[in-house]
Amino acid sequence: MYENKRLGFLFVLPFVLGVLLFKLFPFVMSFALSFSQYDVMDPPVYVGLANYRELAFEDALFRKSLGVTLAFALIAVPMRVGFALFVAHVLNFRMRGINFFRSAFYLPSILGGSIATAVLWRFLFARNGLVNGVLGVFGLEPIPWLADEHYSLWTIVLLFMWQFGSAMVIFLAALQNVPQALYEAAEIDGASRWQQLWRITVPLITPVIFFNVIMQMVHAFQEFNAPYMITEGGPLHSTYVLALYIYDQSFRYFNFGYGSALSWVLFAIVAGLAGLSFWSSRYWVFYAGEKETRR
Amino acid sequence: MKALPRYVVLGAVSILMLYPLAWLVGATFKSNAEIFTQIGFWPSRLDFGAYAKGWKTSTEYTFATYFLNSFLITIPRIAVTVVSCVLVAYAFARFEFWGKRWLFGVMVGTMMLPLIVLRLPQYLMFREVGMLDTYWPLILPSAFATDTFFVFMLVQFLRAIPRDMEEAAMIDGCNAAQMLWHIIVPLLRPAIVSVIVFQFIWTMNDFMGPLVFLASVEKYPVSLALKMSIGATEEVEWANVIAISVVALIPSVAVFFAAQKHFIEGAAAGGIKG
Repeated sequence: MYENKRLGFLFVLPFVLGVLLFKLFPFVMSFALSFSQYDVMDPPVYVGLANYRELAFEDALFRKSLGVTLAFALIAVPMRVGFALFVAHVLNFRMRGINFFRSAFYLPSILGGSIATAVLWRFLFARNGLVNGVLGVFGLEPIPWLADEHYSLWTIVLLFMWQFGSAMVIFLAALQNVPQALYEAAEIDGASRWQQLWRITVPLITPVIFFNVIMQMVHAFQEFNAPYMITEGGPLHSTYVLALYIYDQSFRYFNFGYGSALSWVLFAIVAGLAGLSFWSSRYWVFYAGEKETRR
Repeated sequence: MKALPRYVVLGAVSILMLYPLAWLVGATFKSNAEIFTQIGFWPSRLDFGAYAKGWKTSTEYTFATYFLNSFLITIPRIAVTVVSCVLVAYAFARFEFWGKRWLFGVMVGTMMLPLIVLRLPQYLMFREVGMLDTYWPLILPSAFATDTFFVFMLVQFLRAIPRDMEEAAMIDGCNAAQMLWHIIVPLLRPAIVSVIVFQFIWTMNDFMGPLVFLASVEKYPVSLALKMSIGATEEVEWANVIAISVVALIPSVAVFFAAQKHFIEGAAAGGIKG
């Protein structure tokens, strides 16, 4: 039965149609639209590279937004992945209560993307909110988290980091597959815990680190709910990420052509960074069962 | 690391993770003045008034309408997701067909495609067929296994199961439909539970989809209604807003705790996002 190619194709058909209709077609359409001027009133008009020229040379807001997005991704992704790996490492032990901690750390990942959480975050970081209250207990001055352009992005970064649970769970599963004998051997040779982490654990789970970095990067570049709800892109566009700018151009000002050009820039950045990661992966990602090529 | 410092670290992280949530539940019972002066959890009184006021909203609809709308989107979407993803995953995990490797590559690739690039063209497509301001744009794509995370998770799960049972069934003359219903679906059950739970929570959380595709207030799901209640109640009693946000999180939290075992293991196995 499983050699029946027609039957197999029949089962996979929904996906083929779905990809063509809801992924590939819109994807190509977006590319085509990015060379047009198109709004609600008039049909699209071909304008060549005008949209790209405008965003590259004239649009100061785009430059600001691009900077904010890159800063966010470059800070938030390593922090989330690093913290997830650290906590997974601490948690990876035969110990009481591991299930409690695992669930507790995972819960924010479930709730984190919701609007309700964004609403709550606003209260936590309000001038007299919980975070400043706790700082006050330690005798620190309150920080204008949401009102000062130097701090606003950090509230979004912290929300992103608070949802480290999903990455941690993936790390934890990988750590539990590392053969215990390796640690025992290292122990006998007198390796410290820290050395064991860097010489055994990290090299063995590089494929998982790689996976997490790529997936979190894709998420970070699309972050929308938090800046939209918590800071509304402000103050002074300090949290105006590209996803927000694309949304405003596409669905608030109905500049469909310019919105498409912006989304293609975002896509190119994500694809470029993913490509770079894949290219670099052969130097630092090791798959078990393959011959180790490093010295 | 010894056991004690381990527990100290984990305890500290737990507090960072959970105390904000606990504080917010406590805040729903507090007055404005209390919310902004107290970092303790315990309110001075136990008054559910904020919940009642938040539930009523400043619109002509209550949150009962918005919750109903959310379920009207979520439940059909879960159903079509499960059916389409199981079929496709079965094909990828077991069958041979032309272009299989290539199609599998496409599937993994689309997991990395930023959704935001597709929003605008999808909006224009659905406008063309007159489906804007209906739930179709939010449900229909899922009927074609476009939530590829789930397909990937199911494929991984199915690949790990030996084919003995299927081979026995084939010898007994089982056809493809019987095989799917009597063998594959029961085997996939734990993974299907994960799909249902994830799709429930993600669809309840989805904000940008409804924001783009829906226009009339009477069709709003909870996420959009919450956003609206924030805009409408600037500078009034914060407890109402916090209370209704807490209520909005209850379905997801309940589903999470009911299915957490499946759920976390599924998350790890499929390498899924959260």
